[in-house]
Amino acid sequence: MTERPQSVSTWLNTRLPILSAFRREYVEFSMPRNLNYLWNFGAFAVVSLTLLILSGIFLALNYTPTLADAFSSVETIDRQVASGWLIRSVHMGGVSMLFAALYVHIARSLYYGSYKAPRELVWLTGLGLLLLVMITAFAGYVLPWGQMSYWGATVVVNAVNTVPLVGKPLASWLLGGEGLGNVALHRLFVLHFVTAFSIIGVIVLHVATLHVTGSNNPTGKDLTEPDQTVPFHPYYTTKDGLGLCLFLLVYAALIFFAPDFLTLSDNYVQANPLITPSDITPEWYFAPFYAILRAVPSKLGGLILATGSIVILFALPWLDSSTIRSARFRPWLRVALPLLFLAFLALGLAGMSPPSPFWLWISRAAVAYWYVYFLGLLPMIARREQASRRKEHF
Amino acid sequence: MTQDDASLTSDTPHSKPEQGPRRRDVLATVTVGMGCAGACALAYPFLDSLNGTRSNRVGESDILDVDLSLLKPGQQSVVTWRGWPVFVQKRTPEMLKKLQDPALLQKLRDPESRIPQQPKDAANWHRSITPDIGVMIGICTHLGCVPTFDAPTQAEPSGKYLCPCHGSQFDSAGRAFKDAPAPYNLPVPPVTMISDKHLRIGESKGDPDFDIANIRQI
Repeated sequence: MTERPQSVSTWLNTRLPILSAFRREYVEFSMPRNLNYLWNFGAFAVVSLTLLILSGIFLALNYTPTLADAFSSVETIDRQVASGWLIRSVHMGGVSMLFAALYVHIARSLYYGSYKAPRELVWLTGLGLLLLVMITAFAGYVLPWGQMSYWGATVVVNAVNTVPLVGKPLASWLLGGEGLGNVALHRLFVLHFVTAFSIIGVIVLHVATLHVTGSNNPTGKDLTEPDQTVPFHPYYTTKDGLGLCLFLLVYAALIFFAPDFLTLSDNYVQANPLITPSDITPEWYFAPFYAILRAVPSKLGGLILATGSIVILFALPWLDSSTIRSARFRPWLRVALPLLFLAFLALGLAGMSPPSPFWLWISRAAVAYWYVYFLGLLPMIARREQASRRKEHF
Repeated sequence: MTQDDASLTSDTPHSKPEQGPRRRDVLATVTVGMGCAGACALAYPFLDSLNGTRSNRVGESDILDVDLSLLKPGQQSVVTWRGWPVFVQKRTPEMLKKLQDPALLQKLRDPESRIPQQPKDAANWHRSITPDIGVMIGICTHLGCVPTFDAPTQAEPSGKYLCPCHGSQFDSAGRAFKDAPAPYNLPVPPVTMISDKHLRIGESKGDPDFDIANIRQI
């Protein structure tokens, strides 16, 4: 036995094999060679989340979670803290970029059947991430303690209050008994932090489950030949890199040229429990769910349909029993699914517009289609496809 | 080396296969370099924000007027200037006599106040602009604790300062003793007498260019 000098990387890797794991999962990892640019959006989401967490930590250094100082501390960040305006812009723009990336990422999964066996856990962890991001975004929106923060939070708290039996005690317990006060604001600040960091943990699960099964691809077919795959590096590092440059270009344009494009001027007025702003509009990424809440003429019913519209997605892998993954080979789905996307967009537009009979009926039609699609149309299309497949096999 | 350079400039499709990777290496290096430059640019606002809140001192006065009428000889009062404790003391004739005692001067590190710890008009044996009024910033030059004042008594008429943290000692003019850890005399702020009973901290008539930030150690 001869003793040869070990390199530092060998020394480290024999004790903690992170280098070989990184090589296996991010350098040599075999990827389908036919992925299109829609497969970039997961990387976009990770990048925007990273920027959100980074800017969030630096904002927290200057933020004070008390009723007396919350609003003015945010104004101080914008006006007096060195580069504070830029950090806050990165944070506010980042939320929109993250939600945009997530919605495209989810739509891509729906279209190419990435939620189906064997990737159900990828889908479920992903939906868990969506919920966590929504909770974080809501808690974060309350922190500046502007008019929209306050009244948005009021509406959500009252929505929780409508839940029979548990609603009122639950809301009172979570808010520390005194409604939207100092205790509630402090808790929302802690919640914002805790959920933001738990998101990182769930992303690890999401990516780990993905790396067990490997990526889906536009054809939805399992890859059987070695020449159907390419290593992750350099093929997808460059493809993701190019996409990222374009994504960051849009992000930078939002930050530098339109920092207030997606925010409402009312939120630069300090929270006032005596005056509700004349037109309450949610942030665009919550608009579809807000439209559902407004379209249903029942307090509890609206709440159930709005939350149900996301909950129903958890059942999707079992609602769609077809073994064909990609909509490319599902002619009926190629009509029905774009209509679902249209319904989501229509709900978003309805949520951003002032209430009128026109938008009310548009939202009602869209909600109805949302549920009909998942509970009726999709299972039916799947059954027809399976039946005709069996016929072909005979 | 020259061959490699040639492969960079000649971009012919028929370049030799062994010249190919060289061009890629350059592209990869440039890309990574640009990425690092971008990351540095991104890091700037975050690091810049740690500089804190700008312009929060604008309009804030740096001048503090102190009324001496209630101060009796042998007493001191503590005022706050720029967030620092400032000792304002009225000295008894015994204290002044003790400050010039050669036996005491031998035990001090800097009895003549040569080290710039005070404005020019306080670089004298009593370290102040008028002998019977002493003004010092009460921060020990060892590790920054606030020394306590041992007021003059019948038995010990000189009065002195004792630091509770590491036992540093100063005489009543804030001069450090040799056998204790503090290396410099207590800092003296810029002071002007505006009348017999009033003094102004933050402005020095005898040394108008004095800046407290330029002393040896605060």
